[in-house]
Amino acid sequence: MRGSELLTKSEDNWVTDMGAWFGGDRVIFRGKNLFTDLFDKSWMEVLLYGITGREFDQSQMRLWNSLWVLCASFPEPRIWNNRVASLTATAKSTGSLAISATTAVSEATIYGKQADYAAFEFITRANKQIEGGETLENILNVEMKTKRIIPPGFGRPMISVDERIPPVIKLAEELGFDKGAHFKIAVNLDKLLVDKRKKLRLNIAGLAAALAADQGLSPREYYYYVIMAFSAGNLACYQDAVYKPAGAFFPLRCEKVSYQGKPHRKWEI
Amino acid sequence: MAEEKEKKKEFIHSKIWEEIPEPDNPFAAAACYCSGYDVYGDLLGKISWIEYLYLLFKLEPPTKDQAKLLEGLAVAIANPGPRDLSVRGAMNGGVGGSTAAACLMAALAPGAGQYGGAREVYLAVKLWNKCGLDLSCWQESVKNYEKDEKLEVWPEMEHPPGFDPHGASCATPVKQTLKYLSDISSGSSLEWLQAHRVELESAADSPLAMTGVAAAALIDLEFDAEQAEILFLLLRLPGAAAHALEQKHQGWRKYPFFSDGLVLTNDPGTTKV
Repeated sequence: MRGSELLTKSEDNWVTDMGAWFGGDRVIFRGKNLFTDLFDKSWMEVLLYGITGREFDQSQMRLWNSLWVLCASFPEPRIWNNRVASLTATAKSTGSLAISATTAVSEATIYGKQADYAAFEFITRANKQIEGGETLENILNVEMKTKRIIPPGFGRPMISVDERIPPVIKLAEELGFDKGAHFKIAVNLDKLLVDKRKKLRLNIAGLAAALAADQGLSPREYYYYVIMAFSAGNLACYQDAVYKPAGAFFPLRCEKVSYQGKPHRKWEI
Repeated sequence: MAEEKEKKKEFIHSKIWEEIPEPDNPFAAAACYCSGYDVYGDLLGKISWIEYLYLLFKLEPPTKDQAKLLEGLAVAIANPGPRDLSVRGAMNGGVGGSTAAACLMAALAPGAGQYGGAREVYLAVKLWNKCGLDLSCWQESVKNYEKDEKLEVWPEMEHPPGFDPHGASCATPVKQTLKYLSDISSGSSLEWLQAHRVELESAADSPLAMTGVAAAALIDLEFDAEQAEILFLLLRLPGAAAHALEQKHQGWRKYPFFSDGLVLTNDPGTTKV
């Protein structure tokens, strides 16, 4: 048995280089003074610095910022995570509760953070396989025929075309990020799927993951970066509903529940 | 020579819980006492979940009547149903494959609100604290309801707490719950509410809601507004959990999306990227 040595060592003893607050004096964030060294930084620069410990150039910062804007800032209340914000608002609950709950729900599998993580893992794995001499065709076959799964970063619920692809490709071209290895794999896999007349297309999770991988983020770093990406859209959905009457967000009448269970019966004591 | 830092000793102060450590591990409890009762050496097997819940909040065991009342309330609100805003939140988590905790968080956020949620119960209990069994106080307060707290993160309150602003008449489950709970309660609030329901509904211009019944029950159990709020949040989670998993297994394709339900009033139309 390992026993409690680690816990004993950690008791009243958190050793960190992430940062701390020295009340009345300073705040240190990964070795930098928040009020001086980071004074001119944008919030996104501080976020990425916090996640990675690295600083990025202006082109990269434009990428990180624009990916959030273009890929994830939908004020669409019907999307399942955003809908939680609208439900919270129509229940006349608080904005912070709405964003917290919606952020948690955004860690979904059919969209959102689990899908993003899987897309990043897939594209980086595909890149290693290509570097090792594997072909795109074989990589696709393994996912679709052997594993019988949709390659993460491809396909989409509701509609196959992803309207975010053109503006993000335009962004990548403007920034000169359309030459990266992962980007090319993503785009070429999409072309392969089109050639094979598959309904699946590259989705924005796949493209964004490829762009991020080309900038050297690790899987965990990418995951932490995307966690709050939906926030602007979430808050817009909350605001839209909170200023309308309570309960007015797509109310459901009793007949909307289609019961398929056991017939009526009595509880036996 | 290493310098020994004199560390300030800090504690969690609690009347609820005491732990005696295992002899071989100061971080594992050998015995846990809840308000003096040995939970795993005495209570386990003797106490019901509802009795334990009451003990955690009140630090004394409930009487049989109190346990029966709390149990009755717990059953009445355990599942608000899949049309309820909190359960819908949870189901949105389920259909997307969000984590289990995320589904419950998605139930808690709307379930905490002032329309059918825990904050409404909090405000209703505050009304009970203010008016007690004074009918004219109630009538005046619900007719011109205004929250005491004006500057706060909670949105505007649009209706008197405990009443349904969209109701046409008191819903049958609300009447059934009020009748049952008032029959078994040894307190006076539920009985009074049962007797004066119609007059209160007339003053509020809205039928009594389940939140109103819950508030009266929690008053009879002598919970304060904060306890009432957090218990209401907790006790409404079972249905949310069950419905979230049911919808997860059915999938997003069988779940409403309201595809034709949104009208955008300021669409500038398609612009080429």
